[in-house]
Amino acid sequence: MYISIYGNVSFVTPNHSGIYGPWGRHIRSLLRFAGLKYGGHRCGGDAPPSLQTLGDVISAELRSSKHWELTGEGTEIAEQGSHEARVFSSIPLEGLAQSELMKLSFGKIGFSKAMSNKWIRVDKAHEGGPRIFRTVENIEDQVREKLLLVQRGNSCELEEKEKNELKKRRLLSEVTVKSYWITKGSSFSTTVTKQETELTPEMIATGSWKEKTFKPYNFEAMGVALDCGHLHPLMKVRTQFRQIFLEMGFTEMPTNNFIESSFWNFDSLFQPQQHPARDQHDTFFLSDPALAHEFPQDYLQRVKRVHSEGGFGSQGYKYDWKTEEAQKNILRTHTTAVSARMLYKVAQQKFTPVKYFSIDRVFRNETLDATHLAEFHQIEGVVADYGLTLGDLMGVLHQFFTKLGITKLRFKPAYNPYTEPSMEVFSYHEGLKKWVEVGNSGVFRPEMLLPMGLPEDVSVIAWGLSLERPTMIKYGINNIRELVGHKVNLQMCCCYSYVTMYVLLN
Amino acid sequence: MVAAPFCAFKCTVSGSYNRLVGSFFIVCWRGLAANMPTVGVRRELLFKALGRAYTDEEFDELCFEYGLELDEITSEKEIISREQGDSKAAGASDVILYKIDVPANRYDLLCLEGLARGLQVFKNKLEAPRYRRVRPVSGESQKLIITKETEAVRRHAVAAVLRNITFTQERYDSFIELQEKLHQNVCRKRSLVAIGTHDLDTISGPFTYTAKPPGDISFKPLNQSQEFTATQLMSLYKTDSHLRHYLHIIEDKPVYPVIYDSNGIVLSMPPIINGDHSKITLKTRNVFIECTATDLNKAKIVLDMMVTMFSEYCLQPFTVEEAEVVYPDGKACIYPELAYRKEKLSSEFINRKVGINESTEKIAQLLTRMCLRSRATGVGDEIEVEIPPTRSDVIHACDIMEDAAIAYGFNNIIRTTPHTYTVANQFPLNKLTELLRQDLAAAGFTEALNFALCSQEDIADKLGKKISETRAVHISNPKTAEFQVARTTLLPGLLKTIAANRKMPLPLKLFEISDVVLKDETKDVGARNSRRFCAIYYNKSPGFEVIHGLLDRTMQLLEVKSARGDGYHIQAADVATLLKPPLHMKSLCRKSSSTSTPCKTNPGRLRPPALLIQKLCLVT
Repeated sequence: MYISIYGNVSFVTPNHSGIYGPWGRHIRSLLRFAGLKYGGHRCGGDAPPSLQTLGDVISAELRSSKHWELTGEGTEIAEQGSHEARVFSSIPLEGLAQSELMKLSFGKIGFSKAMSNKWIRVDKAHEGGPRIFRTVENIEDQVREKLLLVQRGNSCELEEKEKNELKKRRLLSEVTVKSYWITKGSSFSTTVTKQETELTPEMIATGSWKEKTFKPYNFEAMGVALDCGHLHPLMKVRTQFRQIFLEMGFTEMPTNNFIESSFWNFDSLFQPQQHPARDQHDTFFLSDPALAHEFPQDYLQRVKRVHSEGGFGSQGYKYDWKTEEAQKNILRTHTTAVSARMLYKVAQQKFTPVKYFSIDRVFRNETLDATHLAEFHQIEGVVADYGLTLGDLMGVLHQFFTKLGITKLRFKPAYNPYTEPSMEVFSYHEGLKKWVEVGNSGVFRPEMLLPMGLPEDVSVIAWGLSLERPTMIKYGINNIRELVGHKVNLQMCCCYSYVTMYVLLN
Repeated sequence: MVAAPFCAFKCTVSGSYNRLVGSFFIVCWRGLAANMPTVGVRRELLFKALGRAYTDEEFDELCFEYGLELDEITSEKEIISREQGDSKAAGASDVILYKIDVPANRYDLLCLEGLARGLQVFKNKLEAPRYRRVRPVSGESQKLIITKETEAVRRHAVAAVLRNITFTQERYDSFIELQEKLHQNVCRKRSLVAIGTHDLDTISGPFTYTAKPPGDISFKPLNQSQEFTATQLMSLYKTDSHLRHYLHIIEDKPVYPVIYDSNGIVLSMPPIINGDHSKITLKTRNVFIECTATDLNKAKIVLDMMVTMFSEYCLQPFTVEEAEVVYPDGKACIYPELAYRKEKLSSEFINRKVGINESTEKIAQLLTRMCLRSRATGVGDEIEVEIPPTRSDVIHACDIMEDAAIAYGFNNIIRTTPHTYTVANQFPLNKLTELLRQDLAAAGFTEALNFALCSQEDIADKLGKKISETRAVHISNPKTAEFQVARTTLLPGLLKTIAANRKMPLPLKLFEISDVVLKDETKDVGARNSRRFCAIYYNKSPGFEVIHGLLDRTMQLLEVKSARGDGYHIQAADVATLLKPPLHMKSLCRKSSSTSTPCKTNPGRLRPPALLIQKLCLVT
């Protein structure tokens, strides 16, 4: 049997796929008979490959061709004339009010086209509003002529340029037809042995599996997406950082207080009251509850003194420190506010060394862009002990980052209002072949620690970084909104790999 | 197993990866990156001042060591073409510019002169100059008399004279640019301090700093051809892209500050604009500098900065002619202060804090390289450090210690491990949250992560509530409606997540365990966080049993039995107030903390989970 079905078995793309025409049914049943799932997972996708996988029974060769078709609007024009021609013909010799013309369905488009063709003119000064007149006696409706050519199947008489122009006007569309040229294969047979797809309990019970032939698995296809829940990728990275701190013996700080007073957020950290970070443009202030109350009064007085007059070996900032400014409630701009509260607490008892960490939300009233949100997570580590050195800080950072898989570190002098010395932490990025900033660190200033009541020979070293940045780099996310917030792409959430921290930044 | 998939990741995302890291920037500790001023200097001028040329890499390395950052290598042409298009950039200069980020407290590095001086001293190629205040040759110093009226608006002023200065175009540009940098930085956009510089030869002292009603002030301002009253000026500058930012400082004051010379010529109307009459030109030889301020200490710093940086170009380099400022009470002060302060500390202190072991002499040398002239006094390991007027950032011994560490080289310090022994503890609430999240994901629910800030509408109107009924905290200065309040419930976030993900195959099962914020008068700040758990099941059919099943599973994990009384149960509740019909909520369940369960520390804080089931068409 010779099957010649050119143009009959066709897969019209992009919208249609299937087997059509008088032979279509025949082929479809043939395919079913051959045990081929039509377009199914087992066959690895769309129909064409499944036809081809009939392999030796029939051979199928893909042929595709293109032709032009009229769109709905194009068909209308072929029947009734182009919009501009209809505009022209609807204008009587004595002219027509523009407002009347615009009421017609084809009025707007037709008017501008007819104007540019110089078929009509507008008399704007006419009594009773602008009026339109014919400027020529006859017109030639070329658009309609061209479309009629295509409709009659003579599109080849048009130039490519003309066709593309009509396509731009959405009167024509180009259609691709994919066809299969089917011939007998080398082991062509009208009876095809059906290959089994799955092993069933019956086959095992009856032993019939021994006689069956099984269709081979298609290992190229993806497995079925499993129906399971997922943790949020940012929270997974958070868990990893949390784990690292716990492994290093750091205790988690209670950071569940988003609302903080300026006192703990800034003043206790020796950040002066005119510091730009305390500006309306940078920090969210609260209108309700606007002010905080109940500060440890003697501590507050010591803070006031160190800011305005100095003391504890410091010159101070020499300005008029105001309690009202310190009372202002804000959304905390860093978790360091919690560190300050914790260190104050430590100072109220007989000193024992502590190691603290936190990973939680902070808020900034900043200009938003693809990588900056008004809220993000800050990771912070703090060590307080007698006689800690700058070398110790570097050593701890080295250990911390080694656990992330980052071993090549170097430090750049920097400035923080509440640490001195301050160091930015850079890591060598193998991919970029350059040093990139991965965190910030420093030794808390005596002006911050001594008013709290910590012993003079106790040093506190600390560092911080953001959680979002390394996570975005890890997952190749350009827009932070895809990661955090309701616009998150849940599909993507499910696709994230297991978080392997040691490759986080390289 | 783990490494292999990651390799694949590396290759496939390398494109986006580079873009990302190109702008790599860890926002974290406050007051650093966002406020770091950037200074633009011409590379050839910088290298000339440094006495040698560097490759870009070498210079970048030097910056890194000193605590600067070579942010960008560009040109005027490139900047204009980037901001305004190629056509505008056609005639612009393509001289290479270095954009250098300077630490926010180092005002002495905000211009080419200071940068070059600092780096030259650091490289041991120059001894830090000694800045001297001198009496005028004529014997009579310039006087600035402050009247009582200024107290209502801007009470402080300081002044100084740069005598026999020689400007070139580059020096002049740098002089103007430094004022601008100081204005933006230490002067806090002119609100704390405003600088006015004048050609002394066009005016004659004594000068009067007073304040007058705006209608009474009239002068020809800088770069204008006619006189305006102060009232007119304020409306004129409303549309000025640069000056309009400063108007608010005095706008609502009854009187505006103004400085006159002895002939009634207006020098300036601080902090807005100078007069045109006394403007500086390339030909100017003698400069009168005045700084008016609300913060005297900052004014002194700013004046010191201006004169130390540019006295280099005076006939007698690094000398500044004094000026006398007379206060309303008759008290007279001589400025600039140019105060050198002496501190004594031990080398042991520095060695101990940094973690190095250097001799007293070596440490004195290190400090001297940071413009802090130091010497071993010979008394034990004592070092005497002289802090120059340019280093107003040095306010404590720890600042001196840092400079020693920078000069030693941070990366030359041996990294050590502290012997601090501690036992780690998790914050119990977070520990429970971590455990629960794992099991909720295992139960087939996917974790969402929503913003803690939202609009009033999100937590009130959209849930059929009045905002006054919520215990929400309100933000006073939100830039958009998205940041009006802190959320009081997790529900709106989850609903929005679903709305944004309607293309996902159904059902959608989401959960979130996170903090909401509620007003609480018992707290010092008047508010507290509350940890909540919210789950949502979204499908074409309600499926209440699914959410019920999740509740049962959660309670099972928390070891709370299903029972009336000492356990949990579900009962019908009127939730019309919570969600507008036809969004209906079938059930609300609560559980009081049971003291007999092992997880007694926390279930009480996990407030009643809001369970809801809703129909597909309703989430829009």
